[in-house]
Amino acid sequence: MALSLVPCGQFKTTYASDTTLFATPLSRNLVIAGVILLALVPLKIGGLAPVSDYVIALLIQIGYLGIAALGLNILVGFTGQISLGHSAFFGFGAFASAWLGNTFGIPVFFTIPLAGILTTAVGMIVGIPAARIKGLYLAIATLASQFILQDFFARAVWFTGGSSGSIAEPFSLFGLTLAGDRQYFYVVLAYVVIMYLFASNMLRTRDGRALVAVRDHYLSAEVIGINLTKYRILSFGISSFYAGVGGALFAHYLQYVSIEGFDILLSIQFLAMIIIGGLGSVMGSLLGTIFMVLLPEVMEALIGALQSTSWGNVPAVTDGLAYLKEAAIGLAIVLFLIFEPDGLAHRWRLIKVYWKLYPFSF
Amino acid sequence: MPDVVPLLKVVDVSLSFRGVRALSNVSFGVGTGELVSIIGPNGAGKTSMLNCISGRYTPSEGAIVLQGRDITRLKPNARAALGIGRTFQNLALFNHMSVLDNVMVGRHHLLKNSFLSGALYWLGGAQKEELKHRREVEEIIDFLEITHIRKAPAGTLPYGLRKRVELARAVAIKPSVLLLDEPMAGMNLEEKEDMARYIIDLNEEWGMTVIMIEHDMGVVMDISHRVMVLDFGSKIAEGTPDDVMANAAVKRAYLGEDEEAPAVASTDGEIAVGDAGNVVSWQ
Repeated sequence: MALSLVPCGQFKTTYASDTTLFATPLSRNLVIAGVILLALVPLKIGGLAPVSDYVIALLIQIGYLGIAALGLNILVGFTGQISLGHSAFFGFGAFASAWLGNTFGIPVFFTIPLAGILTTAVGMIVGIPAARIKGLYLAIATLASQFILQDFFARAVWFTGGSSGSIAEPFSLFGLTLAGDRQYFYVVLAYVVIMYLFASNMLRTRDGRALVAVRDHYLSAEVIGINLTKYRILSFGISSFYAGVGGALFAHYLQYVSIEGFDILLSIQFLAMIIIGGLGSVMGSLLGTIFMVLLPEVMEALIGALQSTSWGNVPAVTDGLAYLKEAAIGLAIVLFLIFEPDGLAHRWRLIKVYWKLYPFSF
Repeated sequence: MPDVVPLLKVVDVSLSFRGVRALSNVSFGVGTGELVSIIGPNGAGKTSMLNCISGRYTPSEGAIVLQGRDITRLKPNARAALGIGRTFQNLALFNHMSVLDNVMVGRHHLLKNSFLSGALYWLGGAQKEELKHRREVEEIIDFLEITHIRKAPAGTLPYGLRKRVELARAVAIKPSVLLLDEPMAGMNLEEKEDMARYIIDLNEEWGMTVIMIEHDMGVVMDISHRVMVLDFGSKIAEGTPDDVMANAAVKRAYLGEDEEAPAVASTDGEIAVGDAGNVVSWQ
């Protein structure tokens, strides 16, 4: 039987209290406290910054990648389809937001959601084959879309600026311009909270259940009244919307979008994030993103520590360190897949069960 | 037998798969409030018949008419809204969803909220609608006695309970015709008794018309109002359970005949022993 995660003494007396986002008031309050804590992170106290610019940059990176990863998780984890072209949508969102701002003079506040909507349209067109094909065949079809979009970025100079890239305006709202990472951080934080909230809500209502039903047993889903074609394409649309918004946030963070970087490697990294985080888990998307962003940093620190020891003078070691770092990241992912196939979200659940039962671990 | 008002009519339906004729010219009608069983040997076309009604297959010839409307070429997902619910012979639950969510999926065509209003949950009335349907779904869960497992993932449940969850999901569609494909396959005696009771209650108290495929003749003959027999894709008999039991063609094709002494039903799993004391082999 299912592991119950509801602690003793939690009696739900209404259906409303039984369908809350968080199982207990404690978990809800902890998440709210976490968000408030994050909101304090960029603050400077008397000219001193307790949190370095570098950490802020990492948090922003986790934010915009986390939004895009959540989109991919809705497509892959919840609807059971596969996409190898997610980074192209991410890139499309970035260019679309910059283009809307530069061409039509729309304030960045509006271009970010608009870029999401444009990317949705593109994603739904790419998703049309999904109504017909599944599995590996769909993977190849989305791979084609990845290359088509990448080629489009290189050729559509009017849209992307071609090989010279395009400039994205800094985030502004009614004449108020947010300058610097410390202020932009709040934009990303707000988007992360809203987008994760929307996804969680969507997934516990009619259409969210329909997506999971399509994944788990599409034949019976159809007999129960779910239009398979509609939900398969809708899933691509929602997924692209998240990718587009993530990409737009990325564009206005760097304030410059280059046509490089939105390649298949990034698509694979998005897949790695959701597999490591946990397929079919909203929170897993964020955990996986944190893992994938921090892993190279941790490896860097380990290499630095290694270099400071006597091993740092051995030529064979120093020459190989750069490769060692890349190989170690790959190894970590492989080990993860072997020992934690259900992802970090599953491990997190096990930890919660452990502490709920502590010290009687049965 | 309740008043026969034609609810579902199957007119001269044939189904072929490249030369294999799964159904040939089958016609029958089901009245409102009836409990009809379809029986027959393996491969007789029973499940194909249900698949034609639920839309998984499109008949090569003939028509299927529900409440006066021709639904022969309607897509399967459009049929739920017209009131056709079904369960499957092999379990077809959404294994990673909770039992509650599985049953809530059955409400799909009755719910109005979309991904947009769902995402806003508290603002667009989605919460109110979800809770209203939750209340109704809980009544089904209560009726089928699966309250204790409502939060468990469906894939972790034992077989008998999964069958019951599948029935709950089909009932949640609020069907006027409920198609049950071997609802008691693989169950023990107690589970079969429970399931038979649920089906009778759904038919008599919830007013659902039931079309059922089942191999347990004891159950079929006890609870059905009418029985239809298929063999090699053709209808060979139709009538009350007693008529069908007495039908020579049915005996030949499916039920078998008592040649010598009647076998004594075994109650405790022993091999049944005929009157003369000689061992009757299990078929």
